[in-house]
Amino acid sequence: MELHRLTILEARNLLEKGEISPSELFGAFLARIEKVDPLIKAYITICEKEIEDIVEKRGKLYGIPIAVKDNICTRSIRTTCGSRILENFIPPYDATVISKLKKEGAVIIGKTNMDEFAMGSSTENSAFFATRNPWDLERVPGGSSGGSAASVAADLCVASLGSDTGGSIRQPASFCGVVGLKPTYGRVSRFGLVAFASSLDQIGPITKDVADCAYLFSIISGFDPLDSTSYPIESEDFTKYLGRGVKNLRVGIPEEYFALGVDREVKEVVLRAVELLSGEGVEVLEVKLPHTEYAIATYYIIASAEASSNLERYDGVKYGFRVGDYRNLDDMYVKTRTFGFGKEVKRRIMMGTFSLATGYYDAYFLRASKIRALIKRDFDEAFRKVDVIITPTAPTTAFKLGEKLEDPLTMYMSDVLTVPSSLAGLPAMNLPCGLDSNNLPVGLQIIAPLFREDLLFTVGYVLESLVPFERKEVPLGV
Amino acid sequence: MEFEAVIGLEVHVQLNTDSKIFCSCSTAFGNPPNTNVCPICLGMPGTLPVLNVKAVEYAVKAALALNCRINDISVFARKNYFYPDLPKGYQISQYDKPLATNGYVLIETKGGQKRIRIKRVHVEEDAGKNVHGEGNDPYSYVDLNRAGVPLIEIVTEPDISTPEEARVFLTKLRTIMRYLGVSNADMEKGELRCDANVSIRPKGSNELGVKTEIKNINSFKFVAKALEYEIERQILVIKAGGRIEQETRLWNASLGITETMRKKEMEHDYRYFPDPDLMPLVLKPEMIEKWKKELPELPDKRKARFMEDYGLSSYDSEVLTSEKAIADFFESALKFYNNPTAIANWVTVELMSRLNREGIEIVDAPIEAWQLAKIVKLVEENVITGRVGKELLDIVWKEGGDPEEIVKKRDMIQISDASSLEVVVDEVIKECPAEVEKYLSGKTKVIGYLVGQVMKKTRGRANPQFVTELLEKKLSELKR
Repeated sequence: MELHRLTILEARNLLEKGEISPSELFGAFLARIEKVDPLIKAYITICEKEIEDIVEKRGKLYGIPIAVKDNICTRSIRTTCGSRILENFIPPYDATVISKLKKEGAVIIGKTNMDEFAMGSSTENSAFFATRNPWDLERVPGGSSGGSAASVAADLCVASLGSDTGGSIRQPASFCGVVGLKPTYGRVSRFGLVAFASSLDQIGPITKDVADCAYLFSIISGFDPLDSTSYPIESEDFTKYLGRGVKNLRVGIPEEYFALGVDREVKEVVLRAVELLSGEGVEVLEVKLPHTEYAIATYYIIASAEASSNLERYDGVKYGFRVGDYRNLDDMYVKTRTFGFGKEVKRRIMMGTFSLATGYYDAYFLRASKIRALIKRDFDEAFRKVDVIITPTAPTTAFKLGEKLEDPLTMYMSDVLTVPSSLAGLPAMNLPCGLDSNNLPVGLQIIAPLFREDLLFTVGYVLESLVPFERKEVPLGV
Repeated sequence: MEFEAVIGLEVHVQLNTDSKIFCSCSTAFGNPPNTNVCPICLGMPGTLPVLNVKAVEYAVKAALALNCRINDISVFARKNYFYPDLPKGYQISQYDKPLATNGYVLIETKGGQKRIRIKRVHVEEDAGKNVHGEGNDPYSYVDLNRAGVPLIEIVTEPDISTPEEARVFLTKLRTIMRYLGVSNADMEKGELRCDANVSIRPKGSNELGVKTEIKNINSFKFVAKALEYEIERQILVIKAGGRIEQETRLWNASLGITETMRKKEMEHDYRYFPDPDLMPLVLKPEMIEKWKKELPELPDKRKARFMEDYGLSSYDSEVLTSEKAIADFFESALKFYNNPTAIANWVTVELMSRLNREGIEIVDAPIEAWQLAKIVKLVEENVITGRVGKELLDIVWKEGGDPEEIVKKRDMIQISDASSLEVVVDEVIKECPAEVEKYLSGKTKVIGYLVGQVMKKTRGRANPQFVTELLEKKLSELKR
């Protein structure tokens, strides 16, 4: 097997036995990047030198090249957030997840492309360039963690980290045919993750299979005193939940997630996977999540409101981009932000500013917060009946570049199936479960109760072995 | 028509914790610009606030001392606005769920004791400072050392009726904060900052007039002046048939006036919302109880005790308890010489006049309680005269040392034997024939001069009472 095809656990095995060296592995990936990334454009920054600075030689990720979404701060490595305004920003600190990776000997191989400030579902909102889907170069990889998902799918790294606010790990993982986990809110430290919507943002792993996902999640999760919203429980070894039986487990299928403009083929592939699971003794039940239809509106109010405030710090005063020519302070602010931010970011700042304004707060932000509570309650009710919920991850498979770019509302709808669980803070995982007639990966989403990632790994691991999905070397013919 | 003013204050008090409220940077004052900073208080991308529990403790103690109800759950909110000294583009503050509500402060006014109600007390972070280049320097600079220093904002109900009451209230607030040790509350250093909401109405009316907010009153000296000016300005506007506009005005200390800063329609919309980076602040009753028990004796209580236990006047007790350090000094002096009336007298008159003269705080004074106690004791026991006592205080102030030793070494002990005094008295009578003549002709007031001469010759060591008696006796002998 070629080195770039390895999973974390496979690579670790070879490294431990001394059959390959970290620099050999790293070199193989750099060569692969050189050859393939010009087609995919997954990376904003490639870190050729990082191999020289491996911290811990006996770590659980010793010598494993990991790609990191470019909104996760890396000390001395440019962290752009896909934005002009941070184009040359070099953080003097590491995000907590980066410290954890380094402590286990991982090598940061590069920083991946993303929708600017994680706002988008196609990675076309990057200020620098669009990333392409390795399965079909005319199509988007999804977003906002499109670079992270594409880099894993195209074997440009062993695994990657993404961030998920309303689906930004799961939807691109679905489009690119890889495993992606959005952890329970509070389970992975947000320290060093450039904030988009603080009450929703979570960092999570994007990997080639479920075992890697459990392995990487074990390393990055756990309480962090630097993040006040971090939940005070330590991490554990989640790989122990792999290989456990699923007999008598109850799986919920919410009808609302199979309406909502979900593509017929996507539905079929997902339901077939559920059928396979029921063959393993799983009980499949219908559940109702009646407030699902309000989730998108609720999400865009809350996320934009928080974003409008989180992005105020990019004012040209302290770091990042400042316009060269201005008359006075206000002019500097206006011009810096006008030129520094892209269209979608400005759209959301305006929406968010509006929904927090005196006179509108009650009708928008406050009401959205209340509906958010109702959406949470829907899930609470459902989880009284079932252990996990299975849905499609996205209504469609990967769409074409440019297809939805001029129609933000249609673009927003590609998050319709991932946003509700984000609002509820629940853990959810994308698992590739087959291909559609265009040979594009279809993803299914497993949603578990708070802090029950173990169920995602148990169910995902079983499903992975059942579904008709093979990891292929993509793009083809390179 | 006669008018009365209605004044409410919003007071910011800097808490003197060692580290900032949301990061571990030092709060030390006066360091070179941007040296007490880190990625968190610089508002760098991805950084998050973590609440300093000490700041909460200080804020709760302050609120308890202001007789507030502490809310078991309070919520941090973001106040959004753009300004270079605000690194995140928002200030972390509290809004609709503040730390504490419904308190009061008692102040002494001409009309007796008055209760000023406290509407709310909340916790927030301070901003940095903009420094504008002078002369040919066209740049403005930002110093973020202060960004993230913990503050409490204390908001009163509009219970204050005169500028003098406002001044007294602020003084009382400062006293309370110093007693608690949570802030030095020095207005000149920006540790206590005050904005005032001012309106006027016909005397006796219950309605509230349109108010203006006065900002930038940054010195104790200017509190009354700024308010007096604004009240007068509003009265003149009304009397001229005009209307008061709701607006924010800035106190201009050099001109002694308030000026429009921004009109109502230009007010910021701060778009407050709960800060998603911080959990609601939950205070368990045990915690509040614990902090309550740690509160020191507060000025009102201490004053009452001074009157009761030491038999001091209300005035002396007020003066002595106006500063915790002075009250502490007084009580510690009592341990060396238990004569409350005499010690109180020396502290409030001699000691405090020297402090005022030198513009220093009692903790920085070059004299300790035992030294003052000894001086008072020497005077009270007639070892030295009162005049020598004051001189002795000056010597100790300048040079330090044990007052008893100094008295011995410098021969300052009171001359009490009549024969040696008699010699001096005779000398003076001989040397001042004109004054003696005056006295004998009935202008007996001139005896003061003669006593003074004796005191001069004895370098104050004679008892003036005794000298007067002796002089009177000798002079009446001459008369015959």
